[in-house]
Amino acid sequence: MATPAARAFRRLEGLFCVYKPAGVPWKLVRDGIETKLLKGLDALPSLPIPEQTRFLPPPGGDNLTPKVLSAVCVPALSKHRLVTGPEFRHIRVGVGHRLDTFSSGVLVLGVGNGNKALNDLYHTRVTRDYTLEGEFGTATDDFSHMGRVVERSTYDHITQDKLERVLAMLQGANQKALLTYANVDMQSQEAYEMAVQGSLGPDGKSPPILMSLRCIRFQPPNFTLEVQCLNETQKYLRKVVHEIGLELRSTAICKGVRRTRDGTFTLQDALIRHQWTTAEVMRAVKKNRPSTRSVISSNRSTPVPTDKEVRSSYETQSCDRLTPPRSHKQDLMS
Amino acid sequence: MASSCVQLCIRHRLVLPLKTVALTVCTQARRCHTFIRPRRPPDVSGMQAKYQQRPCICFYSNIISKQENKESKQLIHLNDDVSSNESPTSLDQDAATRLPALEEISDEEAASLTPYPSIPPASASLREYVDQSETLVKLVQLGVNLWKLEQRPNVGSMLLRLVFDKDVAPRLLFLKSIGVDDSRLGYVVTHNPLVLTEDLENLQARVNYLKSKKFTSENVASMVSRAPYILNFSVKRLDNRLGFYQQQLGLNAANTRNIVARLPRLLCGSLEPVKENLKVCEIELGFKANEIQHMVLAVPKILTANKRKLTQIFDFLHNTMKVPHHLIAKFPQVFNNKFLRIKERHLFLQYLERAHYDPDQSSYVSLERLTSSPDYTFCTEVALATLEDFYVFQKTL
Repeated sequence: MATPAARAFRRLEGLFCVYKPAGVPWKLVRDGIETKLLKGLDALPSLPIPEQTRFLPPPGGDNLTPKVLSAVCVPALSKHRLVTGPEFRHIRVGVGHRLDTFSSGVLVLGVGNGNKALNDLYHTRVTRDYTLEGEFGTATDDFSHMGRVVERSTYDHITQDKLERVLAMLQGANQKALLTYANVDMQSQEAYEMAVQGSLGPDGKSPPILMSLRCIRFQPPNFTLEVQCLNETQKYLRKVVHEIGLELRSTAICKGVRRTRDGTFTLQDALIRHQWTTAEVMRAVKKNRPSTRSVISSNRSTPVPTDKEVRSSYETQSCDRLTPPRSHKQDLMS
Repeated sequence: MASSCVQLCIRHRLVLPLKTVALTVCTQARRCHTFIRPRRPPDVSGMQAKYQQRPCICFYSNIISKQENKESKQLIHLNDDVSSNESPTSLDQDAATRLPALEEISDEEAASLTPYPSIPPASASLREYVDQSETLVKLVQLGVNLWKLEQRPNVGSMLLRLVFDKDVAPRLLFLKSIGVDDSRLGYVVTHNPLVLTEDLENLQARVNYLKSKKFTSENVASMVSRAPYILNFSVKRLDNRLGFYQQQLGLNAANTRNIVARLPRLLCGSLEPVKENLKVCEIELGFKANEIQHMVLAVPKILTANKRKLTQIFDFLHNTMKVPHHLIAKFPQVFNNKFLRIKERHLFLQYLERAHYDPDQSSYVSLERLTSSPDYTFCTEVALATLEDFYVFQKTL
């Protein structure tokens, strides 16, 4: 007979995403979630202790009375919770595309058999969306605001127009890299058909490629970029901010890297810290079952993923729920 | 290991065929409980040395072999008929040929026969022994977490060796007499099983020492309930620690008693981390001596807190939130919180432009309201926003 804990354990299988806070290593997040899931499973009620029959001799001391055994039904303490320990001592929780300690954002985790889908997620060429907060005027050794300052410069000459031009130049260079690493002859029909479907892109390993790059907010010295990229690392994205500063003949540091989308998992689905419980994770896994299936099937059937679907789904959902501060203040005051 | 197992099998079989002797021995030994209760501790043999690489394996076979030896010696003493007990191996061969399993026996003999003991000679878990051992049964009924205890090396064997009436009961009654609640006895034994092997005179001496330092009996009871290891430390060590706290913090006797009664594990752990924490507060964080005294009196946990956490929280409070030293010293409970909680709440208030921590300003937010209130109260009263807004904001950080 399955205990409630065993039934819950079987339901904990699939992919879900959490919002990783900045400053916390991804491994701590994964360990914390595993501990919370195990604690939740341990708290579920267990089956009552089975009984066993024991035959005891009568307590009398004399040899003359005939020895008759008495049958006694006692609980089998070897099955008691305090003796056997918790039913589940380990859950397999795997991490998808990792986020380094400095960054925050959507972190896809797989639990139980869902870890197999993580493998497919790696091979599927899904893009990720990031929001980069930058600040002009300083250059540091690790490109972030917590590093050692290397250089300071002025930024008064920078206008939004110049920034847009630099971004366009970068995007052009990245598009060229995209086509080069696609390993397809540009003059062929095959390349045309792939481009029409939107599935033209690098296959397998390639250097980081930024598919699109645009500036959302520009208030010197601060600016915010929105990036869609492939095969990237967060340090590369901070380096991109640094290089933008250099292109504009100034310097820039990155104050925050925030992943807003990983494949089909967006900020809306991400669980924040107080939601890292067994019930919430089960709900999230159930909700994400269709997208998990699409990840697995897309990896199995076609060699190139349906990036067009991903992009269209992104456009229909709104990633940035909070409007810029000005209008939000008006909402509050009204 | 194989040879010892074979030896043990031989010894088990020794008990069963000697039916006439078994009857007389039966009345003395208590059959429903384990007969693995030797009165002397097993000495370290070569086999135990082999098992030392795996501390979780409790080595019980030595215990059984000693007990069997004693019982077989008893049997030899009681019945002179059994003369061939000098060489166990020759007896075994004779027993095997004389008494096949299908021999008919009377009802009385059948009733007195115990089933072949299903207790393994050595095991990595107490599960196999719990049904046969009176001590283990009573401990489980008290609420002791045997699973946690068997992970510790040697504790499982120690528990099996204890006799409930002679070893465990007097100590539990002693704990009860100090004032420890019945429901806490399980907790105390789970966290400190070695209290069951301490001398009763030593335990009494330590309790008398604490009472002589003017701790009330309720205080002593609560200290033992919350820090079970306290009774295992010698009087000299307890004295040393009390003296250290009084001298280092510059507190009078009443205040020292106060913090030790509230956080009894101060007397249990090492003093090095406490010294380091005090140095951190003084040098790195820059608190004055009287501020440190006040903070420790309010929150003694600061003495055993993680240094990195203390520094991280203080750095954020002082350098980012610009809260001065005297305000932090007034509310040291802020160090009890998780760093991320303080950070998220401060950034939320900053976003809503309500981050005023100076008492002179209007709409001043005290550190207590910032950190100690639950999420709902914080959102509705301090930030004047909804809980959903706060959760959505957390996803933008």
